[in-house]
Amino acid sequence: MGRKEKNVQKARKLMEKPKQIRNIGTAAHIDHGKTTLSDNLIAGAGMMSEELAGTQLMLDFDEQEQERGITIDSANVSMVHDYEGDEYLINLIDTPGHVDFGGDVTRAMRAVDGVIIVVCAVEGIMPQTETVIRQALKEKVKPILFINKVDRLIKELNLGPEEMQQRFHKIIRNVDELIRKNSPEEFKGEWRLDVEGGNIAFGSALKNWAISFPYMKKEGISFKDIYAHIEEGKGRELVKKAPLHEVLLNQVIRHMPDPITAQEYRIPHIWRGDPESEIGRTMINCSEDGPTAMMVTKILIDEHAGEIAVGRLFGGKVKDGMELHIDDQPKKNRAQQVSLSVGADRIPVDEIKAGNVVAIGGLRDAIAGSTVSSIDEVVPFEEMKHFSEPVVTKAVEAKNTADLPKLIEVLRSVAKADPSIDIKIDQETGEHLISGMGELHLEITEHRIQEEHGVPITSSEPIVVYRESVEHEGGTFVGISPNRHNRFFFDIEPLEDEIVKAIDQGDISVHGKIKNKNELAKDLRELGFDKDESKNFISFTEDNVLLNMTKGIQYLNETMELIEQGFEEVCEEGPLAREPCKGVKVKLVNAKLHEDTIHRGPAQVIPAVKNAIYGAMCQAERILLEPKQKVFIDIPSDLMGNVNVEIQQRRGDVIDMQQEGSDSQIVAKCPVAEMFGFSGDIRSATGGKALWSTEHAGFEKVPNSLISEVVREIRERKGLKPEPFGESHYAD
Amino acid sequence: MGELIFIGLGLYDEKDISVKGLEAAKKADVVHSEFYTSDLAGSTLQDIEDMIGNEIKILKREEVESKALPLEEALAGKRVAFLTAGDPMAATTHVDLRLRAVEKGVPTTMIHSSSIFSAVPSLLGVQHYKFGRTVTLPYSQDDREYPVSPYKNIKENKERGLHTLVLLDINSEEKKYMSVNEGIEALILLEKRLGEDIVVEDTLFAGLARVGSSDPEVKAGYPKELMEHDFGTGLHCMVLFGELHFMEIDSLINLADAPKEIREG
Ligand SMILES: Nc1nc2c(ncn2[C@@H]2O[C@H](COP(=O)(O)OP(=O)(O)OP(=O)(O)O)[C@@H](O)[C@H]2O)c(=O)[nH]1
Ligand SMILES: [Mg+2]
Repeated sequence: MGRKEKNVQKARKLMEKPKQIRNIGTAAHIDHGKTTLSDNLIAGAGMMSEELAGTQLMLDFDEQEQERGITIDSANVSMVHDYEGDEYLINLIDTPGHVDFGGDVTRAMRAVDGVIIVVCAVEGIMPQTETVIRQALKEKVKPILFINKVDRLIKELNLGPEEMQQRFHKIIRNVDELIRKNSPEEFKGEWRLDVEGGNIAFGSALKNWAISFPYMKKEGISFKDIYAHIEEGKGRELVKKAPLHEVLLNQVIRHMPDPITAQEYRIPHIWRGDPESEIGRTMINCSEDGPTAMMVTKILIDEHAGEIAVGRLFGGKVKDGMELHIDDQPKKNRAQQVSLSVGADRIPVDEIKAGNVVAIGGLRDAIAGSTVSSIDEVVPFEEMKHFSEPVVTKAVEAKNTADLPKLIEVLRSVAKADPSIDIKIDQETGEHLISGMGELHLEITEHRIQEEHGVPITSSEPIVVYRESVEHEGGTFVGISPNRHNRFFFDIEPLEDEIVKAIDQGDISVHGKIKNKNELAKDLRELGFDKDESKNFISFTEDNVLLNMTKGIQYLNETMELIEQGFEEVCEEGPLAREPCKGVKVKLVNAKLHEDTIHRGPAQVIPAVKNAIYGAMCQAERILLEPKQKVFIDIPSDLMGNVNVEIQQRRGDVIDMQQEGSDSQIVAKCPVAEMFGFSGDIRSATGGKALWSTEHAGFEKVPNSLISEVVREIRERKGLKPEPFGESHYAD
Repeated sequence: MGELIFIGLGLYDEKDISVKGLEAAKKADVVHSEFYTSDLAGSTLQDIEDMIGNEIKILKREEVESKALPLEEALAGKRVAFLTAGDPMAATTHVDLRLRAVEKGVPTTMIHSSSIFSAVPSLLGVQHYKFGRTVTLPYSQDDREYPVSPYKNIKENKERGLHTLVLLDINSEEKKYMSVNEGIEALILLEKRLGEDIVVEDTLFAGLARVGSSDPEVKAGYPKELMEHDFGTGLHCMVLFGELHFMEIDSLINLADAPKEIREG
């Protein structure tokens, strides 16, 4: 039996001992070396051949990932490691770093209890580093730090030992500050970085070595030794003295919580059911005896096995053939091919117990976010909200009309596997609209539809997704029902920035039926909401709110559901260009209703309410918001001029510029609409010498001078008459 | 200048229109009608057209409410007859059309006909003075919460000792009328939800069908009894009672087959 087979056997045994399990993830800015690190950990742990590790990036097994050299889908893998005489099973999820795939990071954090934050020593802390730290801490996932690519500091930047240490200190200080700022209250002190304590390591994932202070002490290696080794090109020796997997996996075992410890504080945080119920206790104790409770965090498409649900098993066990309930779904699904993942291979096992990351086939109705259980009507796990929304859309069509039914099926499957993709049918044109997080995201999705699912498609140019809002407070506008016997009076104003932000970031939860209105009212007041208004909210649609400021109007209660529906319809399609609304505060200030229910039904109330809100939005001055991106560009300083030209041509603003030696970094903010094709243009403008990455920067107002042109473009594309309706249109 | 004549078709069939109404409809340049607020269950469109010797254009809700087609025709100089079941303004929202006509200077005329609001007390022998707010029970809509105001208004009427006329929804597209049976069921569901003892085992109801026809069905009794009673086809409606005058009690027993025990109660 080879080493790999032996380890697989060990893994099977360890799966049953939660105290000897660690569920962890990697998270970092793009290209900082997460996958290289993960690969070398697996190889070091004897789960793949060592020659392949780091070069082929086994965890980026997808063809598109290999071609582009980036991770697209988070991948899970298990390995075994010896620590102080005991064996441990480590379930690792390697996450993508590109912003377009940020949703995958959010979801992976639900499945793990600890995360290795990887920071490239050359680039230092980058925006995505900050984002992933926040994502992890929000889920109560404990961070440790790995400073990577140290070899480059010496080989490429020629830093001396002193400068190198300074650099480390700066990174450590900054990461520690981010941890302190974002830690859950209960762990504010405990989860700090501590050089002596050894929850920090630095090294080279590529060259396969790493070092921590405790390890240096224990093995009697000094910083100078390491420096000398690299300088003199004695990398191989360093790998022997300080092997990457040894140092990092030791840290993981020592500093990361086992699932029993973690679930005790994580379950109350991610599940709002009764902790005293049977399933509650089973999960909090991470017990195998009790109902099965799993949260699906990822759907993988396997060429042979079809859809595989990956997630965290928080309670009970899963066996082949088990009938499981999926929340919100009427029928039970039968679990098949319960398995453990080793790179691209899945090793079937008879049974997996609570506390593991598992992969299961046969759960046809599950999506990322589903709660899976052996018992019915379990309170579902908390939603995993990703902050960014889709900003780019393409219309796709099957090349051969005969493929249409197949395309519909493929799109459904694509949307299921990737929750960050949004698929809609354009009512006017009948085209399928795919919305995603960015150009790359859509490019890859299209590629998969064509190559992996075998449906040739044609697609439109990418289109930006806009938002509609209002500029200021407007006057009261009256909407009249078609039979003219009902009137609704609305005031509109922009929703407070603080509240929009809190909703967008998921700091306050306003989705679905609001359970505790008083608590939400209090949160809203703390964010600056007027006291009266905070008591009167009816519902939220994304970050728009409907308030009922009226008192004692007869029949209004039983009409409210219809008013809400009108409000929701407006939020989905704004008055300017039928784009979704954002940050609009809608206040019902008066209503006059017909005596008879029959004359104030849906056909009367909904159009009246919509007209009233649209009209009031006109009075509050309609504006259009466009998605923006921050662009980070590293270039040799002599090419700065060329880059600046590129930015300016794209309505961009340079917000920061820094020079270090002969290198410069430029940070700019640009409209996403202008960023299509940037990749090629910047390459030719700089002779391929620019390194760049982007970050979502939310929505900002389209400049007044451009609004009408953009609105016309959108409307024409949607087959609407080019000019939006004016206020008078909504008056009768 | 054209004109707009509102003509009531009465309650049941083409013969319920008044002679005045019939003459006006015959002379009209254009005849419009709508059947979404109520319906003439006892006749077909053809029957009415034959009766008035004129072609009728049936309007959809949108054509009356938003487009105001009858008014458009009148503005174009036509003499327009607008026919509706019952009395033209009684259970509809057409006063809006009239107001708009007045605003545009188009002369309007009203030709009345029998209405459910007087026919029901007449048939049951109860006093129309003693009716409180009329309510309508709508068909339930997908998964929307069923409105509570009909129930609340019945309660309010009852507390003031008043009767309630309960109209039942129609679905003009599917040619469907809500039955007494369905109406009671809807009220029982509301009772279960609100629990204010408005519909209990011994709540006296009256159910009526085909009011205005030569064979109307009229039956007073308790919910269980009425649910089993066959009211036949046509439009249905119901009455719930407040305090009954002794003459009303006599009428209900003799004219509507109410249980005799109501005499003691
Ligand atoms: N010199 C050097 N290069 C490294 C090191 N670690 C990773 N790299 C290189 O950095 C590049 C990116 O590495 P990946 O492991 O794909 O980075 P990643 O963080 O997984 O990237 P994404 O998943 O796309 O965010 C590759 O070319 C690696 O070979 C290192 O320690 N030293
Ligand atoms: Mg990667």
